[in-house]
Amino acid sequence: MNRHLLSAADLSRDDALLVLDTAEELARLADRPIKKLPTLRGRTVVNLFFEDSTRTRTSFEVAAKRLSADVINFSAKGSSVSKGESLKDTALTLEAMGADAVVVRHGASGAPHRLANWIHGSVVNAGDGTHEHPTQALLDAFTMRQRLGRLEGLQVAVVGDVLHSRVARSNVLLLHTLGADVTLVAPPTLLPVGVEAWPCAVSFDLDGVLPKSDVVMMLRVQRERMHGGFFPTTREYSRRYGLDARRMAALPEDAIVMHPGPMNRGVEIAAEVADSVRSTIVEQVANGVSVRMAVLYLLLGGQLADTAEAAA
Amino acid sequence: MTPARAHTGSATPGNRGSGSRPVVGDPAAARPVLDAADVGRALTRIAHEIVERNHGADEVVLLGIPTRGVTLARRIASRVESIEGKPIQAGSVDATMYRDDLRMRGIRPLEETEIPPEGIDGRVVVLVDDVLFSGRTVRAALDALSDLGRPRAVQLAVLVDRGHRELPIRADYVGKNIPTSLLETVHVLLDEIDGRDGVLLGPAELGPRHGSTAGSEPEETAR
Repeated sequence: MNRHLLSAADLSRDDALLVLDTAEELARLADRPIKKLPTLRGRTVVNLFFEDSTRTRTSFEVAAKRLSADVINFSAKGSSVSKGESLKDTALTLEAMGADAVVVRHGASGAPHRLANWIHGSVVNAGDGTHEHPTQALLDAFTMRQRLGRLEGLQVAVVGDVLHSRVARSNVLLLHTLGADVTLVAPPTLLPVGVEAWPCAVSFDLDGVLPKSDVVMMLRVQRERMHGGFFPTTREYSRRYGLDARRMAALPEDAIVMHPGPMNRGVEIAAEVADSVRSTIVEQVANGVSVRMAVLYLLLGGQLADTAEAAA
Repeated sequence: MTPARAHTGSATPGNRGSGSRPVVGDPAAARPVLDAADVGRALTRIAHEIVERNHGADEVVLLGIPTRGVTLARRIASRVESIEGKPIQAGSVDATMYRDDLRMRGIRPLEETEIPPEGIDGRVVVLVDDVLFSGRTVRAALDALSDLGRPRAVQLAVLVDRGHRELPIRADYVGKNIPTSLLETVHVLLDEIDGRDGVLLGPAELGPRHGSTAGSEPEETAR
């Protein structure tokens, strides 16, 4: 494993499988009376969140605490920091406080990469702009493997607002590494420039893709990032690209429905679909903790050995 | 193919090689100290001793330390079953996350922890491992156990005790005491993993020492 986890593309097939296998063992901790391991005792993990995210921040916090690391939540919200140099100053402050790992979410794509050049500890990308969210892709892959028993050869449809989604890009990269076939389904206005270079297929026809999909991953329509008209009306979007009970019936029998959350019920996903037995939305949250524990363990568990080696 | 687990004795910490897995001494150059029949007899004796010491096996749970300890625990369990005529519980406890050398030697993949559904509270847990060396693995396993429940007692069974303890830990059941030098390696071979049973005593490893801190086993290829 690299020292940082910035992009799903950083992970080789072996790395990714190591994370998933480690997470599988760590998931069993949830059934034990003492849900804590001493492995990262004395290490400090800083959650540096420049964007709101209760789900991801809490997930990382629980993961780090279950490994006995000390957790500092650093929320940039409310402080008057602007981007650019201020990120560097923040990084240097954290460095001075002795952070072993910085989990960073930032509105600007590429901010974690910058941060990784400034500090000595590990940087984990917890979502940067519309770029990447690698731990989400890992937990999605984990959930698929758990439900369907395999990843190799799975047909995965990723549907909706691909343009503003960091989840989509990370999933395409990781699932490609792991041997699954991804099809992006979205209106042309919600596909990023250069999508033809991604290792996946693209379709505009949801009804055509559904019958041959093992997994359907619905993406949230990110209105807060939309400045301009990407589709005529919410209702029209929902009719063409939303997953309702009728469309769900077209899926193969054991197919699953995923959503990274938070959901817009009635827009990209109907309530009866979100609450159906095919939906893995709650499992995804639980699996997020196990996968993030695995990532923190693999990045920090042997850190001194790696630094010693680098220095030698 | 999983290489034989070698318990190397080079005592300088932190000099692990750049490769992920330390070089394991060549088993061909090693001299056999126990053959397949010896291993079988040792395990049968240990099974009898466990039953005798605990006045039966009703309360006993055998927990192996991965990888070879788990195989040994299963074998001892089947022997105890044939002695007592009723089933006995066996499982595994992975101590990786409790090791004290993770920082020195880098991360290693986790192995399975499999505890009987009734738990281990109030039971007699017999930890099973292939080689007892520094005692650090057993220390880690004891810590792991205390997070899993509160056994009434914990006992330790090992196929080989090679000496050189670094902690106040001793085994209750020993297949064979093999006095070793710190430079020697002990290879335990088991049919399920290595295709045959036996214990080999190898010479000091050649070339640059990929040894670990004394008492920690080289990593094995998992699964």
